[in-house]
Amino acid sequence: MISLAGRDIAHSWSKFLLTGLGLGLLIGVTLTMAGVYRGMVDDAHALLDNSRADLWVVQKDTQGPYAEASSLKDDVVRSVRGMPGVAQAANVTYFTMQVQGADGDDTRAMVVGIEPGQSGEPGYLVAGRQLTRSHYEAVADVKTGFALGEHIRIRRHNYTVVGLTQRMVSSGGDPMVFIALKDAQEAQFLKDNDAIQNDRTRTAANPAFNRPGVPGLLEAVQALQASSHNVNAVLVQIAPGFDPEQVAEPIRRWKHLQVFTRAGMEDILVAKLIATAAKQIFMFLVILAIVSAAIVAFIIYTMTLGKIREIAVLKLIGTRNTTIASMILQQALGLGLIGFMVGKVAATIWAPVFPKFVLLLTQDALTGLVVTMVICALASTLAIRAALNVDPAEAIG
Amino acid sequence: MKRNPLLLRRMGIGALLLILIGALVFVARNAGPLAPTRVTVSSVQEGRITPAIFGIGTVEARRSWMVGPTVAGRVLSVKVDVGDVVKAGQLLAEMDPVDLDQRLSALDAALARAGSTQAAALAQVADATARRELAAINAKRNQDLAAQNFISPGALESRLQEKASADAALQAAQANLAGTGQDVSRQKAERAALAQQRGNVRLLAPADGVVTSRDAEAGSTVVAGQPVVRVIDPGSLWVKLRVDQGRSAGLAAGLKASIVLRSQPRTPLTGQVARVELLADSVTEERIAQVAFDAPSAGTAITASVGELAEVTLQLPATQLALVLPNASIQRVQGQTGVWRLEGGKPVFAAVRLGASNLAGQVQILDGLKAGDTVVVYSQKALIEGARVQVVDALVKAKAAP
Repeated sequence: MISLAGRDIAHSWSKFLLTGLGLGLLIGVTLTMAGVYRGMVDDAHALLDNSRADLWVVQKDTQGPYAEASSLKDDVVRSVRGMPGVAQAANVTYFTMQVQGADGDDTRAMVVGIEPGQSGEPGYLVAGRQLTRSHYEAVADVKTGFALGEHIRIRRHNYTVVGLTQRMVSSGGDPMVFIALKDAQEAQFLKDNDAIQNDRTRTAANPAFNRPGVPGLLEAVQALQASSHNVNAVLVQIAPGFDPEQVAEPIRRWKHLQVFTRAGMEDILVAKLIATAAKQIFMFLVILAIVSAAIVAFIIYTMTLGKIREIAVLKLIGTRNTTIASMILQQALGLGLIGFMVGKVAATIWAPVFPKFVLLLTQDALTGLVVTMVICALASTLAIRAALNVDPAEAIG
Repeated sequence: MKRNPLLLRRMGIGALLLILIGALVFVARNAGPLAPTRVTVSSVQEGRITPAIFGIGTVEARRSWMVGPTVAGRVLSVKVDVGDVVKAGQLLAEMDPVDLDQRLSALDAALARAGSTQAAALAQVADATARRELAAINAKRNQDLAAQNFISPGALESRLQEKASADAALQAAQANLAGTGQDVSRQKAERAALAQQRGNVRLLAPADGVVTSRDAEAGSTVVAGQPVVRVIDPGSLWVKLRVDQGRSAGLAAGLKASIVLRSQPRTPLTGQVARVELLADSVTEERIAQVAFDAPSAGTAITASVGELAEVTLQLPATQLALVLPNASIQRVQGQTGVWRLEGGKPVFAAVRLGASNLAGQVQILDGLKAGDTVVVYSQKALIEGARVQVVDALVKAKAAP
């Protein structure tokens, strides 16, 4: 039996392919939008994965360190290490700031202060090495654009990039720069020189701190103001065989600190921190999907209407309705299939160009395929209706 | 002839479709969740590493003096300024002596008066001596006369009493003289004490050095112990080095050091650890050591400012031969330290025990691996047991160094 659909496509194949290509780009945009949404959620998950923590110990009554400011003394980690079920605990600071590259350009990055060799350090590198000195070295995410050996500037100190890593981002998608904890503490709490001078003068002018009979008091007060022993959170890895909640509870109760488990942190990040932005993208995705569906439907409908005279001829020579219907359906499905393939390839090609992470899930692609096929099938029913209602007399004019 | 173009056309469409499907498969396999993780590997080899200790510190002076008064007072004058080179014993500043000079004059007058009193006492002694001699002669004569019964015994007794009185008067005069002598000594001692106090308001340089700060000006009042000027010995500069306790293994006196001053990042100086302090800082978790600069070559001087930041690298002796890996390959999975070993093309987690490491990022592997094992160094993402990996040469294109 002759395939009517195949014959028709072969007859006007360039038109068919171009239509499929256009459709494909539209589907590609929709898939990308889905990828943007997934990427946003994945950024939040990546942040949690990369810290490789089972528990986050933060300041009491805060939802830190990502969603809110949290401040702990850096010796809290020692008391946490002594709690049952804690395998490792490490101090960490997070601070989003501008980092200056060697060429003087600012890059917005999340500066993470880690203790070298402890659990906060990046889990994998793509080049270079981990931190070995306790000062003035940095491991940067490749997204920052920094190269190995480059000198970058954070506040007043220069750091040498010794390692590169990948997919280490904050929940907002800012690439991370890892530096040693002591440097980070300084960078986070150190003011600029003018502010320090102003503070010193202010303290010196305060008679309570600058008493004539007490030499050394002013110096002591000023030294106290300039030092910082705070961190934002303590990352805890729990020992095998312990339940996270089981380890978290005594810390909450006896150390008077807030402790989040992985589930709790995900809830904060995904449900609270990026909820609005993600919903915004998701709404856009829904509208885009609807618009795409409508456009697919119209394309198939108009394509059929363009062939209405030929269909009338077919009817005139006595072709069965099912044959005509199946021809239109096959063409619609074929168009959908080509469109999907073009879209998938296009989306995959342009996804890495996006500044923020675009995550294309296979599962999303499969859903997209099914939805495309269903929409094409539905759209073809409109066209089939129009084709079946055509009067064979139109063939003659 | 009619079918041929159709066939060609069909073949063309088929080829296009094949290309499209091929692209789809290629894309799905190489970019996305199904794609293999690209990794770079390294084989475990034996080697020696030379560990080093890195720390930062501040330049300090080993010998520094805070020169100030021992009692509260007002500054009269400050003779030196910051940067002045001073010699031991040089006058740096003077405190207001207030009434010390007047009290000295008063003591001088009192001393002169004591001298006069002493002269008077001396004269009294002479007077008493003369009287005693006369009384002795008279008594002797009367005794002779009494022996010949020329005079009554009563007259003799009277003369004897006169002699005894003259003796006593002489003793009294001598005692008085001794008393005035002691008075003079006391006055002298008091004057000397006051002169000492007068000298003490002059603040002298305790040793050769350079003035680093001038903390009080003429007219200001300072309390006891508060510095007026500070002096350091510029030849005694060293670096107070702080080293993370966890990375300070091997820290000992005598280690060779390379010192990079913040003001001169391009010219590292050499030195060595002069001493390791017994007290560590428990708050910052750092150990403290002093690193002295090596004597600079003739004609040059170490130009470091006190308080300047310095980075110090201490070289430790090389370790024994052992398996060595880059530290980028060390992973921590569920509290375990280990590496991803490639076994038949699939990563397998192997727990290892780590030894010494150096600053270039090489770590000794004490056990858990064999020489020749292939180990993942860099990976595009965190690996899991049995993940599909593709071994490549490098993950990031090396940028030309600027």
